[in-house]
Amino acid sequence: MSLAQAVRDKLDIPDLVTGGKSLKDVTVDIAKPNEDFPTKLWWNTFLLVLTITLIDVAIIGYLFYEGLYLLGINNPVGWGFFVVNFVFWIGIGHAGTLISAVLFLFRQGWRTGINRAAEAMTIFAVLVAASNLILHVGRPWLGFWLFPYPNERGPLWVNFRSPLIWDTFAVSTYLSISMVFWYLGLIPDLATLRDRATETWRKNLYNVLAFGWVGSARAWSHLEIVSMILAALSTPLVLSVHTIVSFDFAVSILPGWHTTIFPPYFVAGAIFSGFAMVVTLMVIAREVFNLKNYITMKHLDNMNKIMMVTGLIVGLAYGTEFFIAWYSGNEYEVFAFWNRAFGPYGWAYFIMISCNVLSPQVFWFRKLRYNIPVMFVASLVVNVGMWFERFVIMMTLNRDFLPSSWAMYTPTLFDYAMLIGTFGIFFTLFLLWCRIMPVIAIAEVKTVMPQKEGAHH
Amino acid sequence: MYLPKLEQFHKYKEMDEGVLGIFETPEAIMHAAEKAKEKDYKGFDCILPYPVHGIDEAMGTPRSGLPWITFFAGIFGCTIGILFQYLTHAYDWPLNISGKSLNAWFAYVPIIFELTVFSAGIYTVATLCFLSGIPKATRRILHPDLTSHRFGLWIPKSAKGYNESEVVSFVKGLGGSEVTVVKPENQK
Repeated sequence: MSLAQAVRDKLDIPDLVTGGKSLKDVTVDIAKPNEDFPTKLWWNTFLLVLTITLIDVAIIGYLFYEGLYLLGINNPVGWGFFVVNFVFWIGIGHAGTLISAVLFLFRQGWRTGINRAAEAMTIFAVLVAASNLILHVGRPWLGFWLFPYPNERGPLWVNFRSPLIWDTFAVSTYLSISMVFWYLGLIPDLATLRDRATETWRKNLYNVLAFGWVGSARAWSHLEIVSMILAALSTPLVLSVHTIVSFDFAVSILPGWHTTIFPPYFVAGAIFSGFAMVVTLMVIAREVFNLKNYITMKHLDNMNKIMMVTGLIVGLAYGTEFFIAWYSGNEYEVFAFWNRAFGPYGWAYFIMISCNVLSPQVFWFRKLRYNIPVMFVASLVVNVGMWFERFVIMMTLNRDFLPSSWAMYTPTLFDYAMLIGTFGIFFTLFLLWCRIMPVIAIAEVKTVMPQKEGAHH
Repeated sequence: MYLPKLEQFHKYKEMDEGVLGIFETPEAIMHAAEKAKEKDYKGFDCILPYPVHGIDEAMGTPRSGLPWITFFAGIFGCTIGILFQYLTHAYDWPLNISGKSLNAWFAYVPIIFELTVFSAGIYTVATLCFLSGIPKATRRILHPDLTSHRFGLWIPKSAKGYNESEVVSFVKGLGGSEVTVVKPENQK
């Protein structure tokens, strides 16, 4: 037994990879789902979500042929499900960056088991979010107007002081940096799959995807530094993205939106919903791909703890909003919050409170943090609650300053189709990815195993 | 003062001709790297399935200089962000919004930040690709286990004082389980 292992045993630190695996076992276990023919379960799920996606694409086509009047949006509720979905999905994306970047900087070894899947989740969630962002403008073929570019209409530039342009820059930077970070980490693992491939087509596919990586120590030394740099760049980036998303609301002068608590409140909510989604996906993945030795109960326990803490932060934010509305003495602000809780959309407000504030409290108990069915249900409930949080914020629009301009928002079938469609796209991409690329970072897991060390210590 | 040095930007060198020794444990490759450094085989390399802690010191490779690229690329992105917004809003297309100053620069901060991060990240990764010799899909793979669970020591023909039989016996002496002489004509 090595000294490091003896210390771990003495301090009762659980192993991050259980089952006494060797380096080779790690490769074999993790590469297995990529090398075997997909199971019936995978095919069935895939066909289901693919059907949803295709229906969604058809509906999107029809929506743009006819126009956005098919949706439930009206005046004053001009921001409907598209923006709710956008904020929801971009929030889901944040946990991936948080796991891969912030936990990397804090030297948390346990991130290695889950970071790859979480990063993939980020990419797909941000893609889904960006598609909602483009669709909600109504004429998506003119979406490029959001970017500054030299054009033939004389000196005409985008308004850089508009939060909507900040959004464009924030989301596209976030997407590109996350993709680069994710792919850079994947290259060595794709090289592993290439070298294990027996069929020619598979070898050729991974040969192209792996970029010709051989694992030279010189290249590794650069790659390690770059991972650290990208982690250090992504950490403020992830905070900035949701902060900027919250500026879309906070920069307006609408009561209920024009508050300084929005940026931290949005970021906490994003981490909260993102971790819930990671737990949902990991609980399924470890079961389906038989990865219980790599995604251990300790991993899930840590994520549940984070969910509980961010749930409490979100709860505090809900309370603070109410307190400040009352304390400000501004009657419009007071009314906006009274209307949220007891107005026509009060039911949504109480779904939000019970899902986001009450349900994560089960994680105070160790037994429940280690209970798979409990955490699975809790993570789904939290996601429902976080979707409703964004819905509640959006419905602030239904009653503003003048009672004569009040109106209700009723989603139409097209709204619901778009919502279901986002899940279809997300899971289609995720399932495809699970088959082609390793779900766990093979090389990184090896660095947290007991036998990783060289003589230099 | 800490200044960038050229050797911090060490490049991956193609493995066309030389001797490859395969080792089973990270300890063995660490030891082998130290010995190869002592022997002064210039340009030798280790092939690892994961980054082994401390191998850089054992090989005598200096710390990567890529943070310098990040730093200057960040400054570049930041400058572009400031200049672009200032020039478009204050000169090329001045717009009076709520009577605010044409150069209301507080509102430029989010985009300046995003451009700084974007530029720093993308240029650093581009330099990494250049230094690591990727992407190159037609590269020869010396041994399939080297990306899974075994470790390779590579001594190129270009190394000073390279003598094939001597290098082979040197690698064998280090405990290399498989020693192969790689020649360009053996390429599949």
